[in-house]
Amino acid sequence: MENNTQIQSKVRRIKEQIFLIAVFLCAVIAVIPLFSVIGYVFVKGIGAIDFNFFTQLPAPVGETGGGMGNAVVGTFILVVLSCLLGLPIGIFGGIWLAQFGGGKRGFMIRYAADVLSSIPSIVIGIFAYVLIVTTMKRFSAIAGGFALGIIMIPTVTRTTEEMIKMIPRSLYEAGLALGIPEWRVTLSIVFRTAWNGVFTGIMLSVSRIMGETAPLLFTAFNSMYWNFSIDQPMSSMTVQIYNYAISPFAEWHAKAWAGSLTLVALVLGITLLVRKFSKRVRYG
Amino acid sequence: MKNKGDVWFKRITFLFASSIPFLLFILVFILLQKSLPAIVEFGPGFVFGTVWDPLADKFSALPFIYGTMISSLIALAIAVPLGMGCAIYLSEVSQSKFKEYIAVMVELLAAIPSVVYGLWGIFVLGPWLVKIIPGMTYGTCMLTGGVILAIMILPTITAISREVFQAVPYNLRESAMALGATKWECFKLAIFGPATSGIIGAIILGLGRALGETMAVTMVIGNRPKISASLFAPAYTLASVIANEFAEATSDLNLSALIELALILLVITILINGVARLLVWKTTLKYNPR
Amino acid sequence: MDKLKIKTEKLNAWFYDKQVLFDIDMNVYENKVTAIIGPSGCGKSTFIRNFNRMHETVPGAKADGKIILDGKDIFNKKYDAVDLRRDVGMVFQKPTPFPTMTVYDNVAAGIKLYSRNSHSKLDEIVERSLRQAALWDEVRDVLNQPGMSLSGGQQQRLCIARALAIQPKVILLDEPCSALDPISTAKIEELIHELKKDYTIVMVTHNMQQAARVADYTAFFLLGEMVEFDITTKIFTNPSDKRTEDYITGRFG
Repeated sequence: MENNTQIQSKVRRIKEQIFLIAVFLCAVIAVIPLFSVIGYVFVKGIGAIDFNFFTQLPAPVGETGGGMGNAVVGTFILVVLSCLLGLPIGIFGGIWLAQFGGGKRGFMIRYAADVLSSIPSIVIGIFAYVLIVTTMKRFSAIAGGFALGIIMIPTVTRTTEEMIKMIPRSLYEAGLALGIPEWRVTLSIVFRTAWNGVFTGIMLSVSRIMGETAPLLFTAFNSMYWNFSIDQPMSSMTVQIYNYAISPFAEWHAKAWAGSLTLVALVLGITLLVRKFSKRVRYG
Repeated sequence: MKNKGDVWFKRITFLFASSIPFLLFILVFILLQKSLPAIVEFGPGFVFGTVWDPLADKFSALPFIYGTMISSLIALAIAVPLGMGCAIYLSEVSQSKFKEYIAVMVELLAAIPSVVYGLWGIFVLGPWLVKIIPGMTYGTCMLTGGVILAIMILPTITAISREVFQAVPYNLRESAMALGATKWECFKLAIFGPATSGIIGAIILGLGRALGETMAVTMVIGNRPKISASLFAPAYTLASVIANEFAEATSDLNLSALIELALILLVITILINGVARLLVWKTTLKYNPR
Repeated sequence: MDKLKIKTEKLNAWFYDKQVLFDIDMNVYENKVTAIIGPSGCGKSTFIRNFNRMHETVPGAKADGKIILDGKDIFNKKYDAVDLRRDVGMVFQKPTPFPTMTVYDNVAAGIKLYSRNSHSKLDEIVERSLRQAALWDEVRDVLNQPGMSLSGGQQQRLCIARALAIQPKVILLDEPCSALDPISTAKIEELIHELKKDYTIVMVTHNMQQAARVADYTAFFLLGEMVEFDITTKIFTNPSDKRTEDYITGRFG
């Protein structure tokens, strides 16, 4: 009997060791891809990055030099366009949900936002294509911005709502007690207080749409030239990286790595900054 | 008497808020309307047919549904144990400072753009898999697609599982420990049971992400609309075929068929996410009612 | 003279840099009930959580000094916490049955960890533990229902039965009645009285009457120090420290 429990105790200890080692290994393995991706992007991309990379147009096959200046500019224009659609709907929608969204209508809108956030971005791209590209009869930055804007909406709405709800009700009531109308209190006291958190949400969703490729493939399409008019096809970093990556040319592959390095630096930079910033908001 | 500004404020914000369900409605409507020609032409056979030939104007969805399902299942098979283990390490095992770095790094995996994973998949992951797996000859195949997806859904599964574990009340852990349970037994006794539905929710949310993921998979899965039992053979997914062919659709019927594929994808992801959210809510609300 | 079961020597405890226990020297006697009383935040829970080394499972928690159980120092590296907890069982403030398990499985949970038993042996242990916890008659027909379906007081006795099933030497009760109604509380106090025939019991309570009713020995803690330790009747009738007197007469706390 005693022997039996001793064996049992040994078995337990071995199981425990295996468990501890296994979960530790899981944690280590989980971060290996991050290091590999960042490492390769850096090593392979850094060589092709120079000043020209950000200022010049893509060079045709066979020619050396060239860059993706137009794609960098294009990405920023697309982000601005998507903000024009995504921010008003997201922010005002979030304010409505926080202030008046307690009932059935609020539930429905919240649910719609959840569904929207789970729709694959390529499907959103088709939506923008049918709605805008077929109407305008050409690919355009507007269509791309529209698709990205839709992708932004759910995140911005939910963050705005949650951040406003975190503001103590006493603050709101204090404003009302001063005789300020509800809407002024909501905008200039409650929303202003919540702004830091809302901004965090906006930046995270901007960094996400910067990395989106699929919804741009048949909306903003691509362009090998400088283009500042939003009713024309527009190049973006992601689509450019994609085109370079699947091409058979080694010099284009190098450009794809360099573009990836730029993009990853931007996106991870924003994410890390915002994380730090939002921590300060929470504890400071 | 209500302040006039207040009335208008409410109306205007409501207008913006209600545009969300409105947009969603339009989206579903447009997809239905535009896929109608294909639905009429091919009927339910569209879902079960195996031919995709734009030149002959013959379209059906099975190879893509198959490719989407299998690549997502491979992703789950890899990411679920890994992500769960990682979440257990972060929430139950480690007390070191080191763990916060791991948590941040796993989170950052989610921030890397899909197209960058694709690039890395073509030039790094694919060749590496060919090197270590006997019998694998091409870097671009079903297996590589699944592995890339696994990496991409790992943060989702890890973060939500961790959240679910932490929603389990601390005193249950203490009760198990006070009985003399080791950490493994403590997990089995006190945590796994209450967390089950939440874990399933995390897995399904991961699945939802994998199904809709486009670029990285498109770049590494090989893009061949054939059903093959071999994981080393090229395959095709719903999202990939849309990404590849939509801008160059040869006919209206081709376009309509592609949109019907998008409709199928939409229905699957909405259903899956609905179920998953319900399960995650159930766990987190049960133990931490607001 | 009562037989010594546990002895603490210069026990200190910290959470990060904050010291919560200062040089506690105390004795626990076999088959007696020892109660720890004191205002909230005085370190009484931390104190008994050292007896089964639950204290060290909380991030930032440290302890030093000695706790001698049956002649062995439980802080000794060779004394495995898992073995220790088999000897020293614990019941917490809130009833904590494992939510996905039946009444039966809750009681059997601990014993299944330590040894493989036949079904009949397990049935026997479960019945014995539930009888000892004075719960058998109430739950004999619902053994396969979830543990959570019982009432609060029953759940707490279920947790006691779960602790008894592994036959510990000592049972720690951390404010076991604070979440319960008066009738359930009375039942548990009665039970404690029965259990001391077979077990040594250390309980934390913020309820002085409870300590007076069930404990043989009582210790009064204040701000992490043990002010006084004595036979319960002595503490409540003739305390030797002014602070103890102030506390039991309700002048603070």
